Amino acid sequence: MQALLVRISLFASALGAISAFSALAQTPPAPPADTPRTAEVVAEVSNERTVIAVPSFATSSVQSVAGLRTDSLGRQIAEVISANLERSGLYQPIGPGGVRAITRAEVQAPRFADWQARNAENVVHGFVDAGSNGSLVVGCYLYDTALGSELVRKGFEIQPADWRRAAHKCADAIYSRLSGEAPFFDSRIAYIAESGPKGNRIKRLAIMDSDGGNHRFITNGQALAISPRFSPDYKKIVYVSYLNNRVRVFIYDVAAGTQKLVTESGNATFAPRWSPDGKQILYSMAVGGNTDIYRISADGGTPVRLTTAPGIDVGGSFSPDGRKIVFESDRSGSQQIYTMNIDGSDQRRISFGGGRYATPEWSPRGDLIAFTRMGGGEFRIGVMTPTGGGVRMLTNSWQDEAPTWSPNGRVLQFFRTTPGREGKSSIWQVDLTGVNLRRLPTPQDGSDPSWGPVLP
Amino acid sequence: MTIRKSTAMIAAITMLAVGACAKKTPNVLPPAPDGVDGGGDSGYGGVVPGSQEDFLASVGAMGDRIFFGFDQYNIDAEDMTTLRTQAQWLQRNPAVRVTLEGHADERGTRDYNIALGERRANAAKNYLASLGIDPSRINVISYGKERPAELGSTEEAYSRNRRAVTVVIGR
Repeated sequence: MQALLVRISLFASALGAISAFSALAQTPPAPPADTPRTAEVVAEVSNERTVIAVPSFATSSVQSVAGLRTDSLGRQIAEVISANLERSGLYQPIGPGGVRAITRAEVQAPRFADWQARNAENVVHGFVDAGSNGSLVVGCYLYDTALGSELVRKGFEIQPADWRRAAHKCADAIYSRLSGEAPFFDSRIAYIAESGPKGNRIKRLAIMDSDGGNHRFITNGQALAISPRFSPDYKKIVYVSYLNNRVRVFIYDVAAGTQKLVTESGNATFAPRWSPDGKQILYSMAVGGNTDIYRISADGGTPVRLTTAPGIDVGGSFSPDGRKIVFESDRSGSQQIYTMNIDGSDQRRISFGGGRYATPEWSPRGDLIAFTRMGGGEFRIGVMTPTGGGVRMLTNSWQDEAPTWSPNGRVLQFFRTTPGREGKSSIWQVDLTGVNLRRLPTPQDGSDPSWGPVLP
Repeated sequence: MTIRKSTAMIAAITMLAVGACAKKTPNVLPPAPDGVDGGGDSGYGGVVPGSQEDFLASVGAMGDRIFFGFDQYNIDAEDMTTLRTQAQWLQRNPAVRVTLEGHADERGTRDYNIALGERRANAAKNYLASLGIDPSRINVISYGKERPAELGSTEEAYSRNRRAVTVVIGR
């Protein structure tokens, strides 16, 4: 698949004339002491959002590259950056609509007074120029308007079809520089697109960028598809298909457009998950009504049974170091969350609050486990530490389910279902403060989001 | 067992079922799986012996399914009566294979509900097997919460959706 073969290169050797550009781009400078770096500060910032001006990116000369005009792309890239920053909840972008356009010369010599007059503490400038061999060159700059100083300088040479990735990389550089957090915009989501009546939903495997862009349907909907997970290298998707009226885990190869069974035993297999290195898969298998968790090489082979308790042991998520697994079990009488070592040893319950706990997902940072809590007539998304402490609920709705972490462990996506005969599901995201709640745009209804890592 | 006796029993069970259903009798059936003879060759009276249509005519409108409590999968006395009637039909049609579809209501998480549907379908399968039905004639599939029969979000709808449904898949 083209989008995954994208090549975003820093300028290093390609263009000697702007070598200073490349040197800075490769070694991001340390943020000044006053840059907020901690989670606590992020929570405070969310109440008073920094105004950032994002005018359309300029172009040296309007050219058409692969049918895309450099000036139009300058506008679209600014729009993607602006939307990303807005959705993070930390910033209040203005532009590209409603702010004046900038000239190519201004990109490296901003008129700071103009942006201060718009109450912008920061301003993003950039350019889109035609490169060599049909490529595009995108420059990305962030300035502090009061200090008149440059905070970010990035350059990307890309294939025209990958222009959105340049926008995401630019937004990531801005976000990281201002928040002190790791980037997350340049990442992708696998999810289930839903359509049709509630009693006979059509559910298709689909993929998109973290902001809903570059949307693509993968399966045609003839077989019910659920619970996808992107492999860490984005080359494969493991998911459950009801192909031939059976419940089985398949690995779909995104580039080849083919899929293979993970294992075949005659029993239902479901709830698949990748290990952090993409070499192993967890899945659940029901035998005679009893469900247990198994681990198998992604290349096949003999599965290892990890749970043996009577009852339903299901789901699971690896810790980022690949040494532990968090999963759910009803062995105590209701759904609760447990951890174990990857060989199945040392199984211990970690959820003890009221209600049922399900769908645990280990943060890529390792510090938290996200879950669905059912109780009091609501399904809510929450987080707790890997030993079960510090439970915090982040959402409050009739049915929020199945959180998935952003690559930097700061944001969760999940799906929200509305009640009733016309009830529908849609994909939402919330940050760890619980304040910044947004619906993600999808062409149809959506469920079961699975967020992958930041692209290299 | 004679046909006459079985018919009388069905009538009794149907009344029981209607009584238990309160007001509304859902008519929405899950989509037929591949291989169901949905018509075409018509036998005597338009119903092909051993077909899904024949099965439904024999066991009654809701006699193809049993219902469960919240997060439960036990077979209660009412379920036993329903399954005994199904077993009688299966014994009269020894070449027929069936699928037991396990379902859950929407108030559970997706993966767990698949496991729960497996439990329910297997509970029904095991009971049919205890009545002498060869378990190799019975496929099991769980739809979890993916295929509700009742679309509302009420306790009444949920009680109709927590079910195991027997579907004829042919010979």
